[in-house]
Amino acid sequence: MTSPSSVVVVGASAAGLSVAETLRREGFDGRVTLIGEEDCPPYDRPPLSKQILSGAWPEERVWLRDDVRISGLDLDLRLGVAAVTVDPAERIVMLADGSRVAYDEMVIATGVRARRLPGTEGLAGVHTLRTLSDARALREALAAKPRLVVVGAGFLGTEAAAVAREAGAEVTLVSDIEAPLSDVLGPEVGELLIRMHAEHGVKIITGVMVREVLTSGGRAAGVRLADGRVVEADAVLVSIGSIPNVEWLAGSGIEIGNGVLCDEYCQAGPGVWAAGDVASWIHPTLAERLRIEHRTNAGEQGMAVARNILSRGNPAPFAPVPYIWSDQYDRKIQIYGLPRGCDRFAVTEGSLAERRLIALYGQNDLVRAAVGINMVRPVRAARALVATPTPWDSVDLTRQGVTA
Amino acid sequence: MHITIDEEKCVGAGQCVLAAAEVFDQREEDGVVVLLDADPPEEQHAAARDAVAVCPAAAIAVRE
Repeated sequence: MTSPSSVVVVGASAAGLSVAETLRREGFDGRVTLIGEEDCPPYDRPPLSKQILSGAWPEERVWLRDDVRISGLDLDLRLGVAAVTVDPAERIVMLADGSRVAYDEMVIATGVRARRLPGTEGLAGVHTLRTLSDARALREALAAKPRLVVVGAGFLGTEAAAVAREAGAEVTLVSDIEAPLSDVLGPEVGELLIRMHAEHGVKIITGVMVREVLTSGGRAAGVRLADGRVVEADAVLVSIGSIPNVEWLAGSGIEIGNGVLCDEYCQAGPGVWAAGDVASWIHPTLAERLRIEHRTNAGEQGMAVARNILSRGNPAPFAPVPYIWSDQYDRKIQIYGLPRGCDRFAVTEGSLAERRLIALYGQNDLVRAAVGINMVRPVRAARALVATPTPWDSVDLTRQGVTA
Repeated sequence: MHITIDEEKCVGAGQCVLAAAEVFDQREEDGVVVLLDADPPEEQHAAARDAVAVCPAAAIAVRE
């Protein structure tokens, strides 16, 4: 296997930048083309629902690298232009401005976009939160201290609800699940989050779908729930998950489904790789297909793909310990591994009552995830129980507060 | 190599400590990064660069 002479990275966010930086760091001196649909330099998304939404940071704080570092990468940088099709046989990407970019290796890092409620596209007062301009629009809406309905109680919805409440908005959090994040973190932590948000004045309605967004004078005026209840509002934030940006690959022969379908090396075919939110790959040790929409994975997977591209035919499987964090009010939730779907739960340090704890999640008699709330260093120590297959029964669960 | 950190950007992920434990640590109370060695020796450079790459908050910079 020879080394490539050109790499095209489609998507200029965290994963795409990580690919480009790692290629250079590993000594690749060929052409690196970085294509970004948004007309701004690579930026970080986690602060959008936190410091950018609250206004605590000026917007330029989200740039992932300053101009000097970006130019130091010697990139063929194409910002403000989307890739529209690719011919993987000829190895050419076609861009929206009509230009064509040939490549030896292509990395798909086109990410995801916010899922919307049907019929709300372009409706004034309805927000999603994925891009910097989304965050700007919602921040401007919050300045009026509106009645805000947040639809969806995942990471994004709960973080935005917390920021909006602290900004003085009257917030109602509506979710079809039984408690915030309960689909990921289970009923115990979900209950903790209900209490925490309620104490901060968020009204919480769980276990019910939103049927429709109500309008008045061409603007959102609230939502109607599946059970007929109406929640009036001046603004609606729809945070009900996201959709992988793979439509541009249709007909290319690259296998797509829930994301770009890759093998354990994050490769989707000859000369085709994927990284970040859009990449679905087979985790070699967990032995399951994953697609992870979180910031840490974007950087790690971008790095892994770049190294595999330069591996001269000896790629390494991508086997991370997934890591997620969420900041809500004065609590930091940190998650190693995959707690979703686990059937065992034990608090091993701290307690649910203190809202300061380490909890382990298990499945098939193995520890599958470690979750910390405001116990930052201990949760990093607990990561070891996830990184190496650890029998549930071998863990000391005898400390006070165990609820398994 | 000279390393700088941005404490305000740091999210306490600890990825830097996992990548380069000789160079980075975390504060006990909130997990914010503690720079143990701003000018690490040669043998730590690769690990420090990894830390820059895996930091999920772009809170670490190296100058070489």
